[in-house]
Amino acid sequence: MSDLPRQARAVVIGCGIVGNSAAYHLAEQGWSDVVLLDKGPLPNPGGSTGHASNFIYPVDHSKEMTQLTLESVRQYKEMGVFTESGGIEVARTEERLEELKRRVASAKAWGIEPVSLVTPAEVKKLVPFIDETVILGGFYTPSVGVVDSLRAGTIMRERGQESGRLTVSANTEVVGIDVEAGRVRRVRTTEGDIEAEIVVIACGVWSPKLARMAGASIPLTPAVHQMIDIGPTHWFADAKGDIEFPIVRDMDTNMYERQHGSGLEIGSYAHRAILYEPEDLPSVEEASLSPTEFPFTQEDFNLQMEQALELMPSIVGDETVGIKHAINGILSLTPDGMPILGELPEVKGLWSAAAVWIKEGPGVGKSLAEWMVHGESHIDLHSSDAARFWEHQKSSAHVKARTGEGFNKTYGIVHPLEQWASNRDVRLSPYHAREQELGAVFFEAAGWERPQWYESNAPLLDEYGDRVGRREAEWDARWWSPIINAEHLAMRDRAGIFDLSAFAIFDLSGPGALDALQRVSMRQVDAAVGRVVYTPWLSPSGGFKSDLTIMRLGDDHFRVVTGGAHGMADYKWLRDNLPTDGSAQLADLTSAWSTLGLWGPRARDILSSVTSDDVSHEGFPFATCRTIEIGSVRVLASRISYVGDLGWELYVPIEQGARLWDIVWEAGRAHGAAPCGIGVYGTTGRLEKCYRAFGTELESEYTVVEADMAWGKVKEQDFVGKEAHLRHREEPPAAILCTLTVDDHTSSAGVARFPMGREPILTRDGNPIVDSKGRRSYVTSAGAAPSVGKHVLMAYLPPERAETGAQLAVEYMGEQYPVTLDVVGSAPIFDPENTRIRS
Amino acid sequence: MRVLVCVKRVPMTGGRIVLTDDAQAIETKHLGFTVSPHEECGVEEAVRLIEANAGESVVLTLGPPEAEEQLRDAMALGADRAIHLVTDGDEWDAQSTAGAIVEAVRSDEAANGAFDLVFFGNESADSGGYQVGIRVAYALGRPVATGLKGVALEGGAARCEQEVPGGRDVFVLPLPAVVTVLEGLNLPRYPSVPAKLRAQRKPVDASSPTRPQPRLEKLRLVVPESQGKEAEILGHGPDAAPAVVEVLQRIGVA
Repeated sequence: MSDLPRQARAVVIGCGIVGNSAAYHLAEQGWSDVVLLDKGPLPNPGGSTGHASNFIYPVDHSKEMTQLTLESVRQYKEMGVFTESGGIEVARTEERLEELKRRVASAKAWGIEPVSLVTPAEVKKLVPFIDETVILGGFYTPSVGVVDSLRAGTIMRERGQESGRLTVSANTEVVGIDVEAGRVRRVRTTEGDIEAEIVVIACGVWSPKLARMAGASIPLTPAVHQMIDIGPTHWFADAKGDIEFPIVRDMDTNMYERQHGSGLEIGSYAHRAILYEPEDLPSVEEASLSPTEFPFTQEDFNLQMEQALELMPSIVGDETVGIKHAINGILSLTPDGMPILGELPEVKGLWSAAAVWIKEGPGVGKSLAEWMVHGESHIDLHSSDAARFWEHQKSSAHVKARTGEGFNKTYGIVHPLEQWASNRDVRLSPYHAREQELGAVFFEAAGWERPQWYESNAPLLDEYGDRVGRREAEWDARWWSPIINAEHLAMRDRAGIFDLSAFAIFDLSGPGALDALQRVSMRQVDAAVGRVVYTPWLSPSGGFKSDLTIMRLGDDHFRVVTGGAHGMADYKWLRDNLPTDGSAQLADLTSAWSTLGLWGPRARDILSSVTSDDVSHEGFPFATCRTIEIGSVRVLASRISYVGDLGWELYVPIEQGARLWDIVWEAGRAHGAAPCGIGVYGTTGRLEKCYRAFGTELESEYTVVEADMAWGKVKEQDFVGKEAHLRHREEPPAAILCTLTVDDHTSSAGVARFPMGREPILTRDGNPIVDSKGRRSYVTSAGAAPSVGKHVLMAYLPPERAETGAQLAVEYMGEQYPVTLDVVGSAPIFDPENTRIRS
Repeated sequence: MRVLVCVKRVPMTGGRIVLTDDAQAIETKHLGFTVSPHEECGVEEAVRLIEANAGESVVLTLGPPEAEEQLRDAMALGADRAIHLVTDGDEWDAQSTAGAIVEAVRSDEAANGAFDLVFFGNESADSGGYQVGIRVAYALGRPVATGLKGVALEGGAARCEQEVPGGRDVFVLPLPAVVTVLEGLNLPRYPSVPAKLRAQRKPVDASSPTRPQPRLEKLRLVVPESQGKEAEILGHGPDAAPAVVEVLQRIGVA
C-alpha cells in the first residue's frame, strides 16, 4: 500500500482493543501523525480481542486493575457498546464464601456499589437455570456487563481517523523495528518503512516477538483458555439481545457461564497450563479459525463439562442443546499477573501496551496516552510498569514457571501474602546458608529469598508470653507466625539482625550527578559528603513515584538505595533523567553490595565490639554514613532506620557478606541479639513508627501533603513535581494519612480477627467514607505494633473525619470492627520523640 | 439392525495449506482434526437408522492413536461403540485400507452378526481417493451405491438416491449393502454435553493390523499456486455500488 506514511510521531502496532484505544487516545490528546498497523484484516485482525468473552466484572482486589476497569467501562458506555447484565460469583465451598466477603470489602474500598452477598435462593431468582443446591451462595455485582469490543475498537479507530490525526493500515505486517543509539528509529513493514519517534507494541500474544525485533523484552507468554458455545436453549429462546441474564463465575471450578444470544458460552481456566511461544501462532492465512483460536482439546475440558453440568443441568444437560463451537483460545499471561505497560527500559521511545484484558483495554489506552503525552497517567500504574522486571524475571523459564503456576489461580483464593512456589531460590544473599540453619521461613521479593521470620526464634514466644499477639483464625495466621511479633519485641529490647539484601542499589557519579539527583528528588540532595538523605521522588503531578535514601559518598558520588520491588522502575526513572552529555554515570550495584541491618538498643554495643571505629552517638550522628572496619571487612555503615530504632544499615561487598554476618552474629550473642525477618522490617517495625511505604501509602494518587510528609521548606532547586507540590502546600488537602488502631478484634463467632490491608474504612454505622476527590478511605497497610500492643491500620481520611479519637470501623471478612483514629498525620504511635533513633 | 460407519481422521485446514519441510505431509501443528463432511453425514444417518429401528451402530477408523478423538466424536453423535484399527500415522493406500477394513468387518460380523449397511464417505477430505468404499463392497460381495444424497430403508432393502442433472437416480439395494454418501444427505446434529461425556465411556475395540506392502509410492505433495481464499475488493463506500451490481448480475441474482 503506497499510501502508508513514511513518517510518524507514533506508530502503534496492533488493532486489538488496546492498540485501537492507545492510537485513538494519542490522537485525542493532541498528537497528530499517529499510525496504527496490524498484520491482519479489520475489524478483527485475529488476536485475543476477536474471540474474547467480552464480559467485565469490575471488582478486583487490586486497586490499579479496578481503576483501569472502571475507566474502561466509562468509555465503553460512552461508545454505546456496554450492556449491563449483572454478574454473580458463586461459591461451592465454605472457604469461597469467606473469600466472597473479601470481594464485598474490595468493592466497598474501591467504590463499586451496590454489591451484595446473596443466598442460593436469591441466585436462583437471578439465574433460574442454575441448580442452586450445588452452591452455598454468591457475590452479586449488578454493574457487571458485556461489551462489543470489536465495535468499540472500530469506533475508536474511526474517531481517530476522522480527526485527521490517525492513519490506519491493516494487512501490514511489521518485519523489523530499527533502533539507533538506544532509541527507536523506524518500523519496517511489508508495505514499507515508517520513520517514527515512538513505537507502541500493542500486539497481545505477539508482543514478545515484536519486542525482540528491537532488542527489548516483554515477558509474557501466549496461553490457552478454553471456551465452548452450546445452544440453542429454550431459556434464551426469547432473547432479544446478546445477554439478558447475569453472568455466572463458578469460582471454585475456575469457570464461567454467560448467555450469548440463544446459547450459553462456557469458559474455563481450570485446565493444565498450555503455554506457547509467539512463533507457534499461525498466520491469518494458515489458521483455520484465527491465529488465536487453536483446535479444542477435549480431554482438557471433560471435567469442566461435568462441572458445568452440575451447575446448570437444565441447559448443559439438555440433550437437544448442541456444542456449536469449541476452541482453545489464546490470551496473554505474565509472571506476576499484571499487564506490561510503559516505555521499555532497553529502548527509548519503545512502549509496551501488552497483557491487557478486554475489561481494561480502553482504560489502558487512555492511561498510556496520558503517560506518553503528559508524562504521567491519572491512574497510578506502578504495578503494571514495563520497567519493573529484574533480568531473571524476563527469562523464558521464569515466565513459563510463574504463568504455569498462576493460570489456575485466575479465580483462585489468593492470600495477600501468598508466596510463589515455582522458580524460587534464584537470588540468594550471602547469609542464606546461615539463615537456613536458623530455620528461616523464606519469602521472596524481587527474586531474593529473605527470611520473613526464623523458626529458631520460637523460644522467644515463651519469653514474651502474652505480649506476643496470636491469631486463631486460619486465614489470618496463614503466611504468618507469632514469632514475628516476638522477634520485634526482642529487637526493641536488645537488637535484631536483618537481611536486607533485596535493596536495589545504584551509584551515580560524575560532575553531573548532583544536578541529576536534585532534579528527581523532592528534598535537598546537596548535603555534605557522608550524609544520608531520605527523599520522595515525585511524579509531575506531585504524587509519589518512589521514596528512597541517597548517601553522598563523595562530591560527585552518590549511592541510591531503594526497595527491590520497584528498584528497576526507579533505576529507569533516574536514567531517563540523566544529562545527555554523559556527565553523570549510573551503575546498578545491586549484585555487588549486600546489606545487613542491625537495630535495637544494644546495636551500638554490638557494633562497637567489632569495630574500633567511632560509632558513638556524637562520633557517628544519625543520618550519616561512613566506611568502618569490621574485622577485615570494610563496611559502609549508614545510620538510618526503617524500624525506628538505634542502629545501622551495613553495606558489604557481597562476597564478604557471610563473614560480616558471622562477626556480627557472634558479637550479638552476648547481647541477646536475634535474627529478625522482614515481618519485622516491613511491617511491625515500621507500622508502629508510622513510616510510609511506596505502593501502599505512597502512590501517585496521593500528594506529599496528604501523606503528611511535607516537612520543612521546599528547596529552591527545580525538581520534577515542584510546581504541583508548591500548589499542594497552598491548598487544603482532600485527605490526610492517619494511623488507626483496632479497638475490638472479636468477631461474631468470638474469634479475634486481624485485617491485613485494603479493607474499607467506614463510619461506625457502616457507611463508606469518601473524600472530595471521590477517593474512598481504605486500609493502605495493616499489621501488629507489638511494642504498644495494638493492631495498626493506616488510611487516608478526609479532613472532616481526621480527628484524633474519631470512632470509625473497618470491614473485614464481612464483619465490622470498631477502630479508633490514634494519629492524624505522620507522628509515630511508638517513641514519638524518636529517642531511640537519635540515641 | 446393525450399521457400520467408517470415518477417517483428516486435518481441518485454514485458508493456506503449509507442507512439512520434506513435502511429504501437511504441516498440522496448528491444525485441529475432524472427519470429512460426507462422513459426518454418514455417522448422522447411521445413528438415525438405529434410533428408528433399534439395534447397534458402530463407527470404525483406520488411523493413528489420535484418531480415537474422531471415534469419540462419532460416539458423541450417538454411535454405540467403535473399532479402531491403529496405525503409526502413515497414510495407507486404498487397497491396504480396504483390506484392513474388510478383515475387521468379517471379524466383527462373525461375532455379532452382519451389518445391514456399511456407510462410507464418498471420498476422504484429504486424499480424495473415492476407492475404499467400493473396494470394501467388492471384497465383501455386497452391492454398493455411491454419491448418495438419500438413503432410506424400504422393506428390507436400501433405497438410495443420487442427485443428477434434472432429478435423482434411485437405486434399491438388497441388504446387506454398502453405501457411500455425500454431504447434504442430512443435517448432522451437534453433540450435547451429556452425549460427549457418555462417549468418553463407550467401548473402543483397538487392534493393530499388519500393514501390507504399499502398492502406491508417494513422491511428494505439491500445493497448487492459487490456493486459499481470496477476496477481491470491489471498492469503498457508495462508489463501490456499480461494481456490486455487476457482480450480482453476473451470478444471476439481480
